[in-house]
Amino acid sequence: MKMDMSQYLDVFLEESKEHIESLNQKLLDLEKNPHDIPALNEIFRAAHTLKGMSSTMGFDDLADLTHHMENVLSDLKEGLLPVNSGVIDVIFKCFDRIQMMVDKIETEGSGEVDNRDLIVLLENVKAGNFEAAAILEETITEVKSAVGQTAEGLQSYQEAFDFNEYDITVIKEAESRNLNVYYVKVQIDEQCMMKAVRAFMAFKAVEEEGEVIKSIPSAQDLDEGRFESEFEMLVISGMDEDELKGKLASITEVNVTDIKKINVDSITMTKPQIQTVVNAVTVEEVKSIQAEADDSKKTAHKVKQTVRVDIERLDNLMNLVGELVMHKGRLEQIGATRKITELNETMEQIDRITTDLQSVVMKVRMVPIEQVFNRFPRMVRDLAKELDKEVDFLIEGKETELDRTVIDEIGDPLVHLLRNALDHGMESPEERVRNGKPAKGTIVLRARHEGNNVYIEVEDDGAGINTQRISEKAIEKGWISEKEAETLNREEAIEFLFRSGFSTAKTVTDVSGRGVGLDVVKNKIESLNGEIFVDSRPGQGTRFRIKLPLTLAIIQALMVSVRGEIYAVPLSSVDETTMIKGSDIKMVQNQEVIMLRGSVLPLYRLGQLLAVPGEDNDEEMYVVVVRKAERQIGLVVQTLIGQQEIVIKSLGKLMAGIPGLAGAIVAGDGYVRLILDIATLF
Amino acid sequence: MEDTQNVRFKGAVGNDDEIQVVAFQLGREEYAVEILNVQEINRLLDITRVPRAEHHIEGVVNLRGNIIPVINLHRKFNLQASGDEDDKRIIVFQFDDVKAGIIVDEVSEVLRLHTSDIEDTERVYGSITAEHIRGVAKVEGRLLILLDLHKILDL
Repeated sequence: MKMDMSQYLDVFLEESKEHIESLNQKLLDLEKNPHDIPALNEIFRAAHTLKGMSSTMGFDDLADLTHHMENVLSDLKEGLLPVNSGVIDVIFKCFDRIQMMVDKIETEGSGEVDNRDLIVLLENVKAGNFEAAAILEETITEVKSAVGQTAEGLQSYQEAFDFNEYDITVIKEAESRNLNVYYVKVQIDEQCMMKAVRAFMAFKAVEEEGEVIKSIPSAQDLDEGRFESEFEMLVISGMDEDELKGKLASITEVNVTDIKKINVDSITMTKPQIQTVVNAVTVEEVKSIQAEADDSKKTAHKVKQTVRVDIERLDNLMNLVGELVMHKGRLEQIGATRKITELNETMEQIDRITTDLQSVVMKVRMVPIEQVFNRFPRMVRDLAKELDKEVDFLIEGKETELDRTVIDEIGDPLVHLLRNALDHGMESPEERVRNGKPAKGTIVLRARHEGNNVYIEVEDDGAGINTQRISEKAIEKGWISEKEAETLNREEAIEFLFRSGFSTAKTVTDVSGRGVGLDVVKNKIESLNGEIFVDSRPGQGTRFRIKLPLTLAIIQALMVSVRGEIYAVPLSSVDETTMIKGSDIKMVQNQEVIMLRGSVLPLYRLGQLLAVPGEDNDEEMYVVVVRKAERQIGLVVQTLIGQQEIVIKSLGKLMAGIPGLAGAIVAGDGYVRLILDIATLF
Repeated sequence: MEDTQNVRFKGAVGNDDEIQVVAFQLGREEYAVEILNVQEINRLLDITRVPRAEHHIEGVVNLRGNIIPVINLHRKFNLQASGDEDDKRIIVFQFDDVKAGIIVDEVSEVLRLHTSDIEDTERVYGSITAEHIRGVAKVEGRLLILLDLHKILDL
């Protein structure tokens, strides 16, 4: 069949992607509820359509794979096969392969991939040969090591590590922070008596400036010395290759036998399943299939299908609208001074239109948080499997809209919180049953609007935060004395969670507890002008609440004047304001203070801080009480002008990083006014 | 759009051995900058002082909604301001993603200079140190000092 199908290619790609997305979604539903017949029907229908489309388009490999998958699905539908996690895992693997093939078709125009491994697996599943599948699951590790041995020198990290979505996320995150990811193979001297100690030292050395995200054997096994003389690890670090190597090599009896920098694009997500008892595909064959899979992943450049608009253009639009508003103000003034009554009506119209325009431009910058949330169900699933935990993962309010800039930044902190909930929060199924809870835990990810803020919550019904362990840890770290620990209340203890260098995980796992902690999450949230809160009840669960401003571009500010200059103070850092006279000011140890409702408030004169020429008028002044890291400080200004919604602009490259200044605004009168940054002002 | 760009390109460069410059007064000396980077010349807008900024930054102005830093070369090079307040202008430059303005005492004219008239110099003619100067041009008995804006803006 050599018809020209190219004109249909776009449609094919688009539809295939839609189908894959719905397949993934529905399969997750089915996994949660094996009796979800509508979901199963939906999967079957989508798979069938996919098969039809791909064979029409002449992508035979894709058609073949979907055909075999369809056979299994059909048996599931007929009730000939039970819906169990073994079957679902296999189908998930097929979806990943289909996704990869579609990507390959998109970038290279052909979808030729050898799928014999998966097909053999599907045939086994269809034959009801679950034992074979189960054995296969177990033998994977063995096969892996076999692959490693038969192909010495060729062995690469792809074969050694089984990357799941979570790992990929972590690696991507590291790349976005300009950290390097390394595959490191370490050999410990055969004569060495205490291998576990060497392994521990190697981990320690890495963690001085990095993090081990995965290791083979697992971290537990290493800690307990259950390994031969070699182990492999995946390291995220800011160090370059030589530094890292040097660090490790400086430990006695430890040799670095292999070190490679890993590029995230070169990692395939899920390894194809290989080998069955009945129908063995040779290791060699699998390797070549995999190499192909890896290659196609490397060359995958995703063609963008949506119209993306540079945020800068939106900012420009915003600027222009701002200008319009400003000039409208001037027109109004002219109308008022010249007493032109006819102008008033028109001005009202213009007023309405500009207000609408402003809100429309604002809305363009808003995107539903769905974009971030959508990648989590699969991640949580993979992670739960890895940790042997059972969870229901619920998402609420994914239609909640947030400013684009916030959306881009919020993903990483949420990954951390979900990981924590799964790893630290959630107990093992056995432990849950022992404590009289259902074996399956629940994690809820929730977003909602409230006033000018968006709240995002990560809630689990796990063990809750063990404050006892926190205070023990705090004592161990020397942050508090044992005596202080006794009087420590729950809130204070929980505060320690956010200190850098904190980790309570008793046993070190591959998933978390290796360095990157809640302090990073907190810093990120704060850099977005947000706040993070924790509620936790022992035995009942933990809830992390993140409060974020709707947008970073527009904030509420208090306009103040001092010695003739005007500044904007972000309202989020203002607690209250009060009027004082010069005579109210007292001196305590060379520091001006006032008494505010019985407590002493240190005063700083804004005019002095910013070296504004002129003198304060001591007759009548105002104190703006601001918060700087839990502490209240009084900022003395001349007058309060009022509260205003302002559009933040950057001061530009030439004046970046001036302490005390967060940016600038163009005020209604056309003047530029500066926005104070309370955190760095003093 | 393409047409206008072409025209502008020709106008700006002319042929290889000619450049166009904007000449202006700083104190009692006459300076010039190549026109390619000049975005516009404005009257003295309302300048907002930026506390804690470097000494030679006069402040920021609002240029149609964009916030632009204004550099005071008098301060940077210790020159005496001269002339009428009314004649003062801000010349706005654009380099890649950086926009900035400089305050000058008076803009005199736009000139074409032959590259052969421009003398590389190590000698300092005016008050500005040699590292900030691209060369000196003699035009009809006048001495024009060509400023190197990249150096001045410290880019």
